[in-house]
Amino acid sequence: MSLPSVVARDVQKVYSGDRDVLALEKVSLNIGNGEFVSILGPSGCGKSTFLRCVAGLESITDGELFVEGRKVVGPPDHVGMVFQRDALLDWRTIEENIYLPIEFKGKARADYREKAKQLLKLTGLSDFADRYPRQLSGGMRQRASICRALIDDPALLMMDEPFGALDAFTRDQMNVELQRIWMKTRNTVMFVTHGITEAVFLADRVVVFAPRPGRIIETLEITLPRPRPLDIRASAEFGRYCSRIRELFQDMGIMKEENAA
Amino acid sequence: MKRLRPRNWDLAWGAASVFVVLALWELAVRALSIRPLLLPAPTSILAEIGSDWIWYLQQAWYTLVVTLLGFVCAVVVGVLVAMLMVNSRLFEKITYPLVVATNSVPKVALAPLFVIWLGTDLKPKVAIAFLLAIFPVIVDTVHGFRSVPQDIVDLGKVLRSSPAAFFFKVSIPCALPSIFAGSKVAISLSLVGAIVGEFVSSQRGLGNVILSAQGVFDTPRVFAAIVMLVVMSMLTFGVLAWLEHHFTSWRRKH
Repeated sequence: MSLPSVVARDVQKVYSGDRDVLALEKVSLNIGNGEFVSILGPSGCGKSTFLRCVAGLESITDGELFVEGRKVVGPPDHVGMVFQRDALLDWRTIEENIYLPIEFKGKARADYREKAKQLLKLTGLSDFADRYPRQLSGGMRQRASICRALIDDPALLMMDEPFGALDAFTRDQMNVELQRIWMKTRNTVMFVTHGITEAVFLADRVVVFAPRPGRIIETLEITLPRPRPLDIRASAEFGRYCSRIRELFQDMGIMKEENAA
Repeated sequence: MKRLRPRNWDLAWGAASVFVVLALWELAVRALSIRPLLLPAPTSILAEIGSDWIWYLQQAWYTLVVTLLGFVCAVVVGVLVAMLMVNSRLFEKITYPLVVATNSVPKVALAPLFVIWLGTDLKPKVAIAFLLAIFPVIVDTVHGFRSVPQDIVDLGKVLRSSPAAFFFKVSIPCALPSIFAGSKVAISLSLVGAIVGEFVSSQRGLGNVILSAQGVFDTPRVFAAIVMLVVMSMLTFGVLAWLEHHFTSWRRKH
């Protein structure tokens, strides 16, 4: 495997206050170039905090963090970000929204017209380039915000529960779409989610976080062949990954059997 | 197209109700033979304006200039202050109590002071109009800037946006509806300020017309000036509403 895209060594994050809260404890993780990694865990496990640290939005208290070989002190170069809510600007058309990162960096829109067209085509939004966000469905808007994140070819794409606000059907659809898009672009992806199925379906590797303190408890290689169809979720192998993760959460006391209590 | 029809109907209903009130007024004045000194009929008010309309327009123009100068200053300074308050904790801590304190002063009571400080020409009137108009601009603009979603703020950070690019591409458009809301309140208050300024000391303007006409019990002239003020207020508000409609058209796209 080539040079790792993200390297975390013993990353600690403490929120100081009346009582200090240990949000991340000794998180160590390498994410390879072009690898799709799901960061999975229940809420409050520090998975989003870890993502925000990698994105340079929050500082770490201890340990070391590198993105593309550079120590993270602020937001790194060439990253893209997708949030749970699409965070599109209402007053811009879909195409204009996609150019936002370009404009932030003071570059010319004209140089990215082709790229924008390609991305719109890739995500099936070509006919909606001139629409406004509120004219589109939630799934379409999230696809637009993926386009926005990809417009400047980020080395690392960070997704913070990107499909968490979508209904189950749209969510399945988006999982398939994201896999298809990723197989074309092959960016390194950090995909934060609390959905076990979604995490396994998409990832090359699932990193499982547990709360209090936020830490990694397990890393699973997912060796299912790609492209993965939705019904792969009914396969025995897929089921084994999911039950392994559920067991972990049960051992942690995060998930309980109804009659065990 | 669908939207247009109910709108036109609303307009028609509004015009009709105003017309009915005016007609009742006219009838009442004639039927009860109320003296013009107490309440002139709408037709005699119109006649009063028509008898010397160029002079009335000149007075209105003076008041309009004062109003617009006060308003424009209030919007420019108000948006700047709001910008600084949002971007600097320190500035906010220093100015916020000041803004609240100044806003609690009944500003009309300061009008005579401005005459002492700034003389009797345009300046004191513009100053009062400005002082009345600036607060809604500050309050609404701060609210507008704060309404930028946190995710967009984070996105700007992650992509290392220049502060200027972020301000013009995100903050301003995001705050624009609020800035317009504040401005619509401000334009009315600015007109109030202009009239108060003219009440206190002036040889010109509609405020002065009202005051001097009242002094000789020329009630039709008082009403004529009030009608001019109403028209002016509606026109300035209408222009603002049109600008708002034009610049925030994305809000109506569904």
